[in-house]
Amino acid sequence: MKYEMVAGFETHIELATNTKIFCSCTTKFGGDPNTHCCPICIGLPGTLPKLNKQVIKYAIMAGLATNCEIANISKMDRKNYCYPDLPKAYQISQYDKPLCEHGYVQLSSGKKIRLTRIHIEEDAGKLIHKRGDTYVDYNRGGVPLIEIVSEPDISSVDEAKEYVERLQQIMRFIGISDCKMQEGSMRCDVNISVRPVGSDKLGTRTEIKNMNSITFIGRAMEYEFQRQVDLIESGGQVEQQTLRYDDVTNTTSSMRGKEDANDYRYFRDPDLVTISVTDEEIDDLRKLIPELPFEKAERYIDEFGMNEKDARNLSKYRRIAEFFEEASDGVKTPKTVANFIIGQIFRRLETEDDKEKFDVAITAQQLKELVMLIDNGKIRNNLAKSTLEKMLDTGKSAGDFISESDMAGMDEGMLNDLCSRAVESNPKAVADYKAGKIKALKSMVGFVMKESRGKADASLAEAKILEILG
Amino acid sequence: MESRIKHYNNMLKNREITCTELTEKYLSSIESDNKDLNAYVTVTADAAMEAAKKTDEKISRGEEISLLEGIPMTLKDNISTKGIETTCCSKILEGYKPIYNATVWETLKTQGAVLLGKTNMDEFAMGSSSETSYFGGAANPHNINHVAGGSSGGVASAVGGNIAVYGLGSDTGGSIRQPASFCGIVGLKPTYGAVSRFGLIAYASSFDQIGPITTTVEDSAIVFDAVSAYDKMDSTSQGRKGAPTVDTLKNDIKGMKIGIAREYLEGVRDEVRVCIEKACEVYKSLGAEIVYFDLPALKYALPVYYILACAEASSNLGRYDGIRYGYRTDAYKDVNEMICKTRSEGFGDEVKRRIMLGTYVLSAGYYDAYYKKAQNLRGSIVNAFKNAFKCCDVILAPTVPMTAFEKGNAISDPIETYLTDICTVPVNIAGLPGVSIPCGFGENGLPIGMQLIGNTFCESTILNAAWQYENAVGSEVFRPSQYGIKL
Repeated sequence: MKYEMVAGFETHIELATNTKIFCSCTTKFGGDPNTHCCPICIGLPGTLPKLNKQVIKYAIMAGLATNCEIANISKMDRKNYCYPDLPKAYQISQYDKPLCEHGYVQLSSGKKIRLTRIHIEEDAGKLIHKRGDTYVDYNRGGVPLIEIVSEPDISSVDEAKEYVERLQQIMRFIGISDCKMQEGSMRCDVNISVRPVGSDKLGTRTEIKNMNSITFIGRAMEYEFQRQVDLIESGGQVEQQTLRYDDVTNTTSSMRGKEDANDYRYFRDPDLVTISVTDEEIDDLRKLIPELPFEKAERYIDEFGMNEKDARNLSKYRRIAEFFEEASDGVKTPKTVANFIIGQIFRRLETEDDKEKFDVAITAQQLKELVMLIDNGKIRNNLAKSTLEKMLDTGKSAGDFISESDMAGMDEGMLNDLCSRAVESNPKAVADYKAGKIKALKSMVGFVMKESRGKADASLAEAKILEILG
Repeated sequence: MESRIKHYNNMLKNREITCTELTEKYLSSIESDNKDLNAYVTVTADAAMEAAKKTDEKISRGEEISLLEGIPMTLKDNISTKGIETTCCSKILEGYKPIYNATVWETLKTQGAVLLGKTNMDEFAMGSSSETSYFGGAANPHNINHVAGGSSGGVASAVGGNIAVYGLGSDTGGSIRQPASFCGIVGLKPTYGAVSRFGLIAYASSFDQIGPITTTVEDSAIVFDAVSAYDKMDSTSQGRKGAPTVDTLKNDIKGMKIGIAREYLEGVRDEVRVCIEKACEVYKSLGAEIVYFDLPALKYALPVYYILACAEASSNLGRYDGIRYGYRTDAYKDVNEMICKTRSEGFGDEVKRRIMLGTYVLSAGYYDAYYKKAQNLRGSIVNAFKNAFKCCDVILAPTVPMTAFEKGNAISDPIETYLTDICTVPVNIAGLPGVSIPCGFGENGLPIGMQLIGNTFCESTILNAAWQYENAVGSEVFRPSQYGIKL
């Protein structure tokens, strides 16, 4: 029998607010243990939470960017459980009235992964195991999170990876989180089950907790899918349980079974008042949502005739997309701008982080000036390319590297002269060409381009050389 | 009847006594009388003397002092005081010294209040006799074989015995009004949200409210006015609405409608009912009108209170795990055993009982039958009071169906004791203000109290009605004279 995967995600994303969700401590990552703390976020007796409004704004923006309905009225609830990293023995979260509901994320195939809800909550601290003892660091405690819960609409590892990537891109684009999985500012719990292809019944699911890399998500899901299929094939049954993934052995193992599941005894947090958001406030936040990467990519393809890969690469990171759009505004050939960014600037941005930061020496305006020179026939591509390298090295403008004579252009007489010289001074290439080696022509054209410092038009030069060769 | 706060304020201003002398007198009476009363669990003599000296310096410089400046007072042991042990009279908070001040204490401290110490209470404010305290119960200054009441029994005992001028207690289901009634003094439970809860160690967050315990109505008004302000640290706080309550305290009450809900008088002792009836006569003589009505929703008040308060308590008390502060068990294998043993050894029986009850009513499968139902009924009670205030300005009711229990009786039968909260809990359920004032004595010579209940944020109305009664009857008689200082 053939089986298919059914998976849903619970994704926790740390919001990029300056202060924590219920107090004014910094949310900065790292720091010496317990230095980003106050009586409120370590839950000292008598302290009360005070909801940070920016958290509500960011969560609503996340909802708007993922096509959710935003609740005008919502509330905070207590999720009660006992663990040393949770200083109040309850997490303030949202239970039955989340801020956002019924959204979706669309994949490149057009498939929509439905989102059940997005709610806000506080992060817990961290346990540190050292020298046989356990220490607890509450720096992360109270950092604001959104939890994005999807429907079980994901049916392959590729869809899962794309879903996570898209969420990551959207949240970075709207500027509410850096979504750094390695630093834990984005973490996924994967609910996964299998069923015979064609069946519409859901199988028993397992939940793989706290995945912090897209690669591992893929591997863990593949492993867990196969484990469940093997189990069923051999006559067994999948047990509902919570699993942890071990990236060294590439296996999943049980953390707790169904019978150990917590009863969280949710109830409304009496320390916090109702959250009410007006339609006007929601509309104001809607105005802050920029054009999203996939919308941009489609527009680049439609408007600029860009291929899909380039369009995606340019739209993936907000700073790059903005740079591209500014540099190509008003130029004849946005594609030339795209090629420069992808061909030359990207080579200087090795990591995802580099691309996210997009720390380059030149401004979009400087690139635009350079492309305008090509547009106006002042210089040719080759010269522009080498000039761009110098610009990126120094931060200086095109004008600092290109002389008047470079921009003077070339008349037909000069081109004829150069082409004649190319034939005369390359007897071997002429002989090769005549012997049928078409490629030899290229070296003569190259001679012309080199001698003209890139000013000659390569196709005109080729025609002229052919003419001379008869 | 003269305000004790004003009396001392005048003496200080007229330099009849220095603040240092006044404070010393109180400290020495604590030393002699606290053995009997067991009102204080912590005495902060050095800090008190230091604060007193500051006031004296101010006075000697000829500077103005505010009403509460230099007045020796106390705080219930669940109000956080920076650097001063705050235990909720529980073993589990043994040695815990907060690193911040509760808003109310910060406010009073800034006004120059002299804190004599922290006072006894039922463990985590759970109880009606102060006897669930880890330090033993506080005694009633009228008869030390009887309890001072609870949970703010220590404050009531100290103020009643005049080993503090006034104190702040907290009232979740009657914990200010009931001990005030038992000790023959005045206790005001403000509207939910009128006084900041920041720094009050939570028992049941949607019920808890800090308020004054004083010997006179005017003192309650003075202290309430001082601490009732919006606090950005407490999202549920709103502060006092309208002018200071002292402004309207002595207003005429001709035409004021005083409501009597029949249900409040059911099951109370005859001697208590007689006192209420006499009070009605006093009010009539002052020109007020008595209106009678039914409040059938009251029959749900006790179960609603115990279900919801315990549910919140079970969550609020989850944090006492021995990891960060307070008591930790000596020997343990792992973290789970440590938490389990710490809580087993650190909490007393009453607290454990309420944590278990609260955990149960919130559990999957029981939530709808208990917690949710109680929430809905809470709404009905809120509405019933709203309607009641359409036909009256204040509601007059007994504070407690009886006089102070004999020591040991309350803890021997918890259910019986829960039932004695019947007259006080409705106010907390509906978030209303209520003030208890003395109105007579029982056969055993112990005081009987009555409460005046107002609509939300109508503290001025109930204090006005309370002051008029006090003024007409005179409350001097309710002060036991064998304890405390006489000036």
